Parts: sequence; structure tokens; C-alpha cells
Amino acid sequence: MATTIADDLRPMHHPKTWAGKYVWSQDHKVIAIQYSLTAIAVGLVALVLSVLMRLQLGFPGAYSGITPENYLQYVSMHGMIMVVYLLTALLLGGFGNYLIPLMVGARDMVFPFVNMLSYWIYLLSVVVLLSGFFVPGGPTGAGWTLYPPQAISEGTPGHQWGIVTMLVSLAIFVVAFTMGGLNYVTTVLQARTRGMTLMRMPLSVWGIFIASIMGLLAFPALFVAAVMMLLDHLAGTSFFMPAMQSMGQTSQTMGGSPILFQHLFWFFGHPEVYIVALPAFGIVSDLISVHARKNIFGYRMMVWAIVIIGGLSFVVWAHHMYVSGMNPYFGYFFATSTLIIAIPTAIKVYNWLLTLWRGDIHLRVPMLFALGFIFTFIHGGLSGLFLGNVSVDVPLSDTFFVVGHFHMVMGVSPILVIFGAIYHWYPKITGRMWNDALGKIHFWITFLGVYVIYLPMHYIGILGVPRRYYALGETGFIPQSVHTANEMISIAAFVVFAGQAVFFYNMIHSYFWGPKAEPNPWGAASLEWQTPETPPGHGNWGAHLPIVYRWAYDYSVPGAARDFIPQTEPPS
Amino acid sequence: MSQLMMKQEEHRQARQDLSDVAADWSNDQEVFRQTHWGKVMMWIFLLSDTFVFSCFLTAYMTMRASATLPWPDTAEVFALTIGGHPIPLILIAIMTFVLISSSGTMAMAVNFGYRRDRRKTAALMLATALFGATFVGMQAFEWTKLIFEEGVRPWSNPMGAPQFGASFFMITGFHGLHVTCGVILLLIVASKVLRGHYDRTGDYSAVEIAGLYWHFVDLVWVFIFAFFYLW
Repeated sequence: MATTIADDLRPMHHPKTWAGKYVWSQDHKVIAIQYSLTAIAVGLVALVLSVLMRLQLGFPGAYSGITPENYLQYVSMHGMIMVVYLLTALLLGGFGNYLIPLMVGARDMVFPFVNMLSYWIYLLSVVVLLSGFFVPGGPTGAGWTLYPPQAISEGTPGHQWGIVTMLVSLAIFVVAFTMGGLNYVTTVLQARTRGMTLMRMPLSVWGIFIASIMGLLAFPALFVAAVMMLLDHLAGTSFFMPAMQSMGQTSQTMGGSPILFQHLFWFFGHPEVYIVALPAFGIVSDLISVHARKNIFGYRMMVWAIVIIGGLSFVVWAHHMYVSGMNPYFGYFFATSTLIIAIPTAIKVYNWLLTLWRGDIHLRVPMLFALGFIFTFIHGGLSGLFLGNVSVDVPLSDTFFVVGHFHMVMGVSPILVIFGAIYHWYPKITGRMWNDALGKIHFWITFLGVYVIYLPMHYIGILGVPRRYYALGETGFIPQSVHTANEMISIAAFVVFAGQAVFFYNMIHSYFWGPKAEPNPWGAASLEWQTPETPPGHGNWGAHLPIVYRWAYDYSVPGAARDFIPQTEPPS
Repeated sequence: MSQLMMKQEEHRQARQDLSDVAADWSNDQEVFRQTHWGKVMMWIFLLSDTFVFSCFLTAYMTMRASATLPWPDTAEVFALTIGGHPIPLILIAIMTFVLISSSGTMAMAVNFGYRRDRRKTAALMLATALFGATFVGMQAFEWTKLIFEEGVRPWSNPMGAPQFGASFFMITGFHGLHVTCGVILLLIVASKVLRGHYDRTGDYSAVEIAGLYWHFVDLVWVFIFAFFYLW
């Protein structure tokens, strides 16, 4: 039966060779690092693409190397890479893999071999995706939403092969994610240590757990959409393709429904927002609690809010389609369900604030990023209220307001949490400390920078400037100030881009030359800080699994010897 | 009076049951007590796979409802002429019968597996695999007939809406792929049963896990049968 739960190390495969330990590893910690490094590497590609986009938008015409086709390709690849291959892979494949077994007290994931396959298949999907840059015609320029018929019709950049590599890569990614997601869910359900009840799990695990379940239910829609569009493109079927007239020629296709693709895509796409957000919610709760030395306010409510957000996010997808030509009555439903999500989300925000209230706040770098997240998330959430209402959304749709909104709420916010989480767990993962001053410089550049970048986009959007346009040109309704603002945004973007070098320098330098870290530098109560070794060895817990006696948030308990009580400490 | 007390007792019991369920779920170590990890994972995978097939079938129904050309009458298209009489859906009926029978043999294999009856388990699993292979073979026959006799292609259909052929090939193809994978899985597990692998580990759960997958594939076929052929 469930063997590795017992204090029995025999079922663990202890690797003997270097490659077995670091390349073909079945250890969840090594897989997590492989996932993270791959995701960050491909994320850097997307970051460079965004710089190229800002070069064009801030200084149109100055860089003749960027053609309109290139610009659309950058937009599309930037979006898809950031959402799927960076955020999803890093938060679930990276942090999910690293934190789940350590936080619930398991020796590894329940199926280490499947877990390893998950990473290699993910890597394959990344390779296929990036191969799009080298096929004839380049990568797809259909926008990250890949709406047909334009995605596979002549005139769209990359409609020959770029779209094929994109769709194939997505299908492979879904397979990879499924393998990982089954592991994460089963591990949380079945492999917790003694005393680790569901309601004693840290919120990080809750966020990752619910997000994994959502991924297993939402990614199928993306998979089906990708398969059907591939068939449309390669086998000439008419799933999404209506009859079209182009250059006096009628297409071979007829009777397909482009709207069907949008439904399938957003049935995946909206849960995807929360697949990215929920792990971030969970992680940020832990960061705030640890660094404010206070128990998380309203733990139960926080758990239920995560569960309810996860459930609701499956019935709001068509708010992305208000201008697609839906039955207007659907708008009522989807606007209502969308705004209802504000309730559990607001519960979470208030609970974060109440956790901070009268806390013993240590403004260390992870905490700075956690606080930054609260700012960006509230701002991004508030602009979401505008877009959730049909009548306000219609004029704002496809403008820079939307770009500002989702970059704030699901771009910057999870990224800030990821930075905070990397700083927070870096001592455990590497056994070294990073440089505090550099970390703070990195935070302020990033945090202030993203406001300079994304706040003006809201104003530009309200003025009606459409997104995805290569150049605005001489357009009557666009005042000169928009061009000035665009220049400023671009310059801020370059600064933030360059500022990330501080982060990479800090991480790489500290890995080799940083001071040795203590096993529990933050005085955290949760299980991953109580490992016998730092960084944790293969099997995580040495000879015996830990036994858990309390929840993960016993901070500043009156009468206690220290200001935190580890989960493994028995009640006195 | 006593009736009222019985009512109250019932309510109390119901509340107690509910909180017992909650306590079980949130207890430490395992949500599903004494359940093989592989079995839990298979259930979760099947839930995910259900969404794949639901998306395929929903997409198909949407397309069928909005197709611009008439949808062919499936009773006619999938009829076979036997002894001079066209019998509607006869091949599909046989296929369905074969697949459902295979679920029966699979269930018996699981039963004998838990009784540690190596030979009977393996024999019944092989029978299941044989039924599965027969199903795929008949599907190949059906595809051949549709392609070469009726002239249906993924991109066109002489009898009307091009989405008919496209969704037929896609959905039955995807299901056939599942059956094929299932047959391979059954053969692997059956050979392990025969070699006594599970007698040595003392754990026949793999048979049941393969069975779960097989029953699922069978169940999906029932939905495809209902929504694609009978509609």
C-alpha cells in the first residue's frame, strides 16, 4: 500500500551517478529546480520580446528591424510564454514540486518517476515552442489568444508553421502538466505526515493544491481547442473555420464556428488566471505571516476563499467575450458571476491586511515583495471591476486599459510573489544567504517601475488607444500626450528590465559566495524549515518522518519561549 | 412526543454523520484511507480525462447545432446490408455489445485478482484485451467503409455538413486511441500477473487500476454512442 509514508527508506531510489542525481533525477527538489530554471530561461526570452515591443511603441519608426509582422509575433509569444510557460510552470512545477512534499512532511511526490517525466515533457514543449522562431514564416502573430480564423489564415504572420509549433507545444504542455498535477494532488491528499491534517497545511500548499485541481480540469479545454485547430490547419477540417472570401477566392472551409474556439479557449483561459493567482495567494499569505510574526488572520476563511475562487473561476469565462457577439443575456450571468468573485478575493485582501495589523513587521526583502503584491493586486483588482461590467467593458475592450489591468493583476502581482518566494526560500534551497542591499534595490526598481509602466496604460486605454497596434500614426483622437506617455513607459520598461540584472547577479553570486544560511533564518514555524539538513537531503527527513502537532502559524504566542513554535513541537 | 425525539435524534445523527465525513476528509496522512496511491491518481486522471471528452462532445454538439448544411442521418450512414436488408446501426450495436462485455470480463478479472487467482485473472484480462482489440478492429472496418464507400473525408462529406466527418473521425479516433492504449496496458498488466509479479509484491491493485481505466473508456463510449450515433 502507501509505502513511503512509513519510516521506510527502502522504496526510495538513491541515485548513484551524477546524472542520476542532477539530470535524470526523481527527487522532487531537483525536479523543482529544473522546472524553475527552465521557466525562468524561457521567461527571459519573453522579457526580451517585451523590450522589443516597447522599443517599437515608445519610438515608432526608430528601429527599422522591427516590422509589423515581427511586432505581432512578439506580442503573441510574449503573452503565451509568460502566462503558460513561465507563470504556470514556475508556480506549480517549480514551487509546487519543491514545497508540497516539504510542507506536508512527505519524502517525495507519490510518483517520482511520473514527476520526472513531467519535467522532461515540459522541456520538450518549451523546445517545440521556441522552435517557432526558426521555422519558415516565424512564430505565430495571432495574439496569445490565437483566435481563428485569423490565426490560421493567410495574412497573419506565422500562419504556415508558427501556429503549428505553438499548438503542438501547448498540447505537449498539457500532457506534462497533467503528469505533474496528478502528483501534486495525490501527494496532498494521500501522503501527509502524522498530524498534518488538511486544516493544518500552510496556505501555500492550499493554493498550489487547488490550482493543480483547476489545472487538471481547465487544461483539457485548451488541449481540445489545440487539437481541433491543428486539424483545421493541417487536415482541412472546418471546426472553427467559416466560409471565407479572400482575394476573390472562396475558402474550402464552411460552417465552422470561430466563437466555439473562444469558448474553449476561455474555459481554459479564465481558470488559468487563478491557476497562476491561487499559488501566489497562498505563498504571499505565508510570507506575510512569517515576516509580520503573526498568525494568519482568518485561516479557515482563507482556505475557503481559495476553494470558492477556484470553483467560481469556472463559471466566468465568457467575460472575455463581451464583444464577441454573444447572446446579451449571457452577459448578465457572466458579469454577475465575475463580480461575485470579488467577495472571496476581498476576504483574502482584508485578511492579509489584518494579519499585518499590529504585527511585528520585519521589512526584509521577501516581505517587501509581499507588501508590493498587495498594492499591485488591489490596483489590478479594482480595474477589473470596470472590465467585469458589460457596459463599461465594451468601450474599454481591446484598449491599453485591458493591458494595464491584466499586467497589474496577473502579470506583475504573481511575479512579485515569485520574487518574494525566491528570496524567502533561497536559504533553504541553496543553503546560502543573498545580499540584502541588492535585494532591496531590486525590489524598489521593480515595484516603482511597474507602476510607472502600467498606471499610464490605464489612461492611454481610457483615451481609446487600441492594443496590439504596431504604430498609432497620425490619428485624430489620440493626443500628443499619449506619444509622450508611451516614451516614458518604454524608458521605465528598459530600467525595470535592466534592474533584473541585479536579481540575477545577487542569486548567482550568492549561490557560490554568499554567507552560509542558518536552517531557519526567518524563524518560520512551517515544516519545510525544520528539515535535519539544509538544503534538505534526498528523502527530506532523515531516518524518521516529522510528526506535526499544530498549525503552521504559531507566531508570537503569549507565554512561549520563542516568538514562533514549530509545527513539530509537541504541546507542553 | 417520542416521535419528536426520534426526529431530533435523526437530525443529530445526520449532523454527526456530516461532521464525521468532514473529519475523515481533513484527517492527517490520507484523505482516502487505505487506498492505493495509484488508484487515487487514476481516479483524478479520469476526472481530468472526462473534461477532455466533455469538451470534444460539447464542441461536436455545438457544431452540429450550427452546421450550415444538413447533418446526415446516422441510422442510414451506419447501416449494414445483411441478407439484402439494410439494418441500421447494426455494426455499432455489435461494437457496443463487445465493449460492454469486455467491462464484464474486466470486473471478473479484478475479482479474481483480489482472490490471488493468478491464472483466472490473467485469462480474463487477456479476454478483455481481445474484446478491446476486436472493438478497434471493427472501428477500423467502419472507418474504411466510411472513407472508401461513402467518400467521407475530414474536410468534406458528400452527404452534407463537412463537420460530420471531421467530428466523427476526431471523436471516435480519440476514443479508439484510448481503447488501444487500454489494450496495451491490459497486456502489460496481464503478463505481469502471469509472471507472478503481483504475488511477490503481494499487491494486485494494478489490476483494479487498469480496470478503472477500462471501465472509463467503456463509459465514454456509451456517451459517444448516445450523442453521436443515436441523436
